[in-house]
Amino acid sequence: MSPIFADVLQVSALIVALALVYVPLGDYMAGVYSSKKHLRVERWIYRSIGANPDTEMRWPAYLRGVLAFSVISVLFLYLLQRIQNHLPGSLGFAAVTPQQAFNTAASFVTNTNWQSYSGETTMGHVVQTGGLAVQNFVSAAVGIAVAIALVRGFARSRTGDLGNFWSDLVRTTVRILLPLSFIAAIVLVACGAIENFGNWHDLTTLGGGSQGMPVGSVASQEAIKELGTNGGGFFNANSAHPFENPNAFTNLFEIFLILAIPFALTRTFGKMVGSVKQGYAILAAMFVIWIGFVVLMTWSEMAHPGAALQAAGGAMEGKEQRFGVGGSSLFAVSTTLTSTGAVDAAHSSLTGLGGGIAMLSMMLGELAPGGTGSGLYGMLIMAIIAVFIAGLMVGRTPEYLGKKIGGREIKFAACYILITPAVALIFTAASMALPTPIHSAANPGAHGFSEVLYAFTSAANNNGSAFAGLNANTDWYNTMIGLAVILGRFLPMVFVLALAGSLAEQRPVPETAGTLRTEKPLFAGLLVGTVLIVTGLTYFPALALGPIAEGLS
Amino acid sequence: MTSGDTKTSVEEPMSTETPVRAPEPEVPANAQPEAGRVGAGAFEPRQLLKSLPDAMRKLDPRVMVKSPVMFVVEIGSVLTTILSIAHPGDWFGWAIAVWLWLTVIFANLAEAVAEGRGKAQADTLRKAKTDTIARRLNGDAEESVPGTELRVGDLVVCEAGDIIPGDGDVVEGVASVDESAITGESAPVIRESGGDRCAVTGGTKVLSDRIVIKITTKPGETFIDRMISLVEGAARQKTPNEIALNILLASLTIVFLLAVVTLQPFAIYAKAEQSMIVLVALLVCLIPTTIGALLSAIGIAGMDRLVQRNVLAMSGRAVEAAGDVSTLLLDKTGTITYGNRQASEFVPVRGTTAAEVADAAQLSSLADETPEGRSIVVLAKEKFGLRERHEGELVDAEWIPFTAQTRMSGVDVDGRKVRKGATGSVIAWVKERGGTVAEDAQSLTDTISQAGGTPLLVAVEDTDGARVLGVIHLKDVVKHGMRERFDELRRMGIKTVMITGDNPLTAAAIAQEAGVDDFLAEATPEDKMALIKREQSGGKLVAMTGDGTNDAPALAQADVGVAMNTGTSAAKEAGNMVDLDSNPTKLIEIVEIGKQLLITRGALTTFSIANDVAKYFAIIPAMFAIAYPGLDKLNIMALHSPQSAILSAIIFNALIIVALVPLALRGVQYRPMSADKMLRRNLAIYGVGGLIAPFIGIKIIDMLITLIPGIG
Repeated sequence: MSPIFADVLQVSALIVALALVYVPLGDYMAGVYSSKKHLRVERWIYRSIGANPDTEMRWPAYLRGVLAFSVISVLFLYLLQRIQNHLPGSLGFAAVTPQQAFNTAASFVTNTNWQSYSGETTMGHVVQTGGLAVQNFVSAAVGIAVAIALVRGFARSRTGDLGNFWSDLVRTTVRILLPLSFIAAIVLVACGAIENFGNWHDLTTLGGGSQGMPVGSVASQEAIKELGTNGGGFFNANSAHPFENPNAFTNLFEIFLILAIPFALTRTFGKMVGSVKQGYAILAAMFVIWIGFVVLMTWSEMAHPGAALQAAGGAMEGKEQRFGVGGSSLFAVSTTLTSTGAVDAAHSSLTGLGGGIAMLSMMLGELAPGGTGSGLYGMLIMAIIAVFIAGLMVGRTPEYLGKKIGGREIKFAACYILITPAVALIFTAASMALPTPIHSAANPGAHGFSEVLYAFTSAANNNGSAFAGLNANTDWYNTMIGLAVILGRFLPMVFVLALAGSLAEQRPVPETAGTLRTEKPLFAGLLVGTVLIVTGLTYFPALALGPIAEGLS
Repeated sequence: MTSGDTKTSVEEPMSTETPVRAPEPEVPANAQPEAGRVGAGAFEPRQLLKSLPDAMRKLDPRVMVKSPVMFVVEIGSVLTTILSIAHPGDWFGWAIAVWLWLTVIFANLAEAVAEGRGKAQADTLRKAKTDTIARRLNGDAEESVPGTELRVGDLVVCEAGDIIPGDGDVVEGVASVDESAITGESAPVIRESGGDRCAVTGGTKVLSDRIVIKITTKPGETFIDRMISLVEGAARQKTPNEIALNILLASLTIVFLLAVVTLQPFAIYAKAEQSMIVLVALLVCLIPTTIGALLSAIGIAGMDRLVQRNVLAMSGRAVEAAGDVSTLLLDKTGTITYGNRQASEFVPVRGTTAAEVADAAQLSSLADETPEGRSIVVLAKEKFGLRERHEGELVDAEWIPFTAQTRMSGVDVDGRKVRKGATGSVIAWVKERGGTVAEDAQSLTDTISQAGGTPLLVAVEDTDGARVLGVIHLKDVVKHGMRERFDELRRMGIKTVMITGDNPLTAAAIAQEAGVDDFLAEATPEDKMALIKREQSGGKLVAMTGDGTNDAPALAQADVGVAMNTGTSAAKEAGNMVDLDSNPTKLIEIVEIGKQLLITRGALTTFSIANDVAKYFAIIPAMFAIAYPGLDKLNIMALHSPQSAILSAIIFNALIIVALVPLALRGVQYRPMSADKMLRRNLAIYGVGGLIAPFIGIKIIDMLITLIPGIG
């Protein structure tokens, strides 16, 4: 079987699997957010945190919920790492340093999961399971909650009410993420991933030496790591580690987990706004970008210039033999086009252009299909921009899903698309302008610059993957990346919720033959063009000096 | 000579229609659907030169700051100029500086040209606003005061030859008034106290008779003052969509500013530090200058296109709303129908022929000068070739005029008595003479009534005795081409509702014939108001025309309320547009102009943003191919040198503004079609075209530049 044929087969299998769960999962989620009933376990949670799940919140209240919850989460996670040495099951690890603890706390609460540490040699069971894994669930749930609030903004009219944050948060965790990760973890264990609370496993190597093998509750964390588009691995090697990702099937399964919820949320969206076709258009735009990037990445990695790469049948440096060029390219694109950031290959070792594609994937704003929730709201914001720019060409002031896109709406959308490039570019520029930060880069020239650019792009977009090679465990990077993830996560959420509030207050405009049809393929195409031109072009000069310079040399 | 007044001789389904409108051309020339009818407003290159001084005045930073995109370009121009002065030997810096200044000037020129057209109109209006002496009534005495000293509530007298000193309502008398100063229409109009024709406008001239006017507006705020400030653009405020677009453009400018500012540290690291001039050039190329430069010109030109059609929009907001209108309320009379009933058919009773009916009908109508009467003669000629007989040809003819008692008219000639008129009267006339009334006469008239028409019976008495010959079918004739127009509107997603005082039966028949979507029969102002509110509560925007005082609340409630200039001042005050021609059909054009304005704005925004792709391909390799030779592969246009590439991009960026000025002023060609088709078409032209055009343009400019000695 030729490698290309194998890749096509692999991608087709993935698409079929995603298509199979699309409708049931999307509809199920729509049901979860529309249901009036509370489960018993949910009632206990509401009672214990003192929240009333039945009060409707306007956008400032919803935002307060998001921020309050996140601030408490950061503080809790920070504290947990700082007192790790006093906790049971710490495996003898010391307390994490303040900068690194802040960086890790910020990164896990923002669904980024940037790791400037090696999991297996830094964190004990309590921090891994009671701290990081919990955030893997709730940070993903916060993202979905915000997306659902925006969807309600479109679906509702003449009200400022966007639902209840606590209810959305708890339901997402209890009814969606927990059961799905439970099943996923079982599958992963069945396929060879490990799951235990053991201590280090001592073994004798082939050479006769003695080596300590770290073990832990890997499969369960792996499941939510992918499902919640988190990406923070138990091991430093992340999904390249055989205990996390044992074989080609689990590799494909993990990619499936990454993409399942973000894609299905478009169905949830369609269902909730009363037109599944609208969801299909968003889905189509996401899918076109995703498949386009998969093809580009695979081509770039296969088109092996140079004798060594030709001999290996593709750019195999930094890739696992288990997954090959196809599996690694598919994973790399899926992880950077979502806010996952898990890796099964070293992105630094991608070809120059391949690395550029991974970066561009994040720079587009991670919206194809994007992180859990964040992908949907990111793409909806782009839809608003697309409607605004091109929608005028049908001779009406812009409207999307029956809501007018006026000054207030465009202000919030414009601020949204401004934030991430601003954070990524300013922080990268500062790192390049200052004398010391660049010393963290392992490579000179364009590749060294790419390492820094990748780090801040990843942080600002809450991806979390790293262009290995940059030593990010310095005070500068720990602090600045910690800041970048927080700004890149919560500022956009402020604007998304404000926008949702503004939309919900509007009276819907009825659809006529003169209305821009946003459920048509033409609009999906327009949306793809807008994403590529409006967000992609911002980064073009920077990309030219990094991956493009490298790739074309 | 007398004439049978058929108008009042029949049942009065139309009596609620107040004939308040001045005589108007029956079919406005522009009522015909024709390709690309919205457009016009010829653009002459000469205007560019004439507006140059205005464009230079607009360079004032306090003015420029209102357009954030162009303000950034101006700052860039100043910066590059200063840098060039510091290095006077650098031809490249000077060239960039000059072209950046030209970019700003071109943008200002676009706006100045757009404004210039309004100024000409304002000057004409100013001439009408000469200082007048008012004859103010003080008790019974008359005193002469300057027009500027009039206060609201003052009573003034105007006689033939006087210029009316201020806006007001006629409270006494009737006069013919020349309003050509405002409307450009030379035919005088009648103004009288009471009713809906009482409003007079300052600056217009009384031609005959004497009227007493109660002043309703303060000097300086009169209609003519408002017109002047409107057409001059002095009162122009940014419309909501324009504001929103400005926000987006500003944010894109900030994004690109960041991209350029942060580029320098990256470039220094790559050992390819860029000069300030190059960075400014890159920034100007990336920010959306094309739309930033033309945005306000597009808005002004849109208003101006209305002015050219003699419509005054009180705000740009109203023009924008016109594009969004999804329900049009159209008055039946004058808009959909000609407003007078015309003969459409001769229906014989059993035993006679249509030709016989036509002959008798024609005979009885020869002396009937009403439109209905004329239409009978015309129809008889058209259908049966019956030559019009002149009254003189018929010797000893005795003309029977219409009276309210007989409700018939006709002629006695050659021993024949011919009558036509209301059904009951004619039947009574025949029976009186012992004649026979055909059995089917009643059913024929009923059928016509039910179809919304008006039946007139034709009877004759001759040697064969008195008998009914047949029926003339009078009906309200729908204007030519209206059905097609309503079909177009439907395709654009606009619902048309016909408003009429007719009974539901008549209304339904006309509605069906005209092809409107809905109708409101026996409409009262309250009904209209309720209809508007109902539509609006469903999120729809409603446009309507009106002229009476009782229309005022509905005009105010409608999103686009077009008051007829012949209407009362209350109506004009309530609406947000005034049609100086008082032609209600124009509502459809107003909607189209609104749409065209929005399309033009969207098309140029899309074009402007799509342009960036090519500019990157010109500038990025020029900046960095020295540091990273591989980047030269991005120079797909094969531009001559880094300098020529950057300069070409900047020149293209400036020239494209000038090239698009005519389009911005004239508006994108607009044809009614569905949103889908329209988007596909415009995306292909302005989106794809915007991607491709600069590649070609920049290449051509680059080739020309290399011809300049010393550069190549």
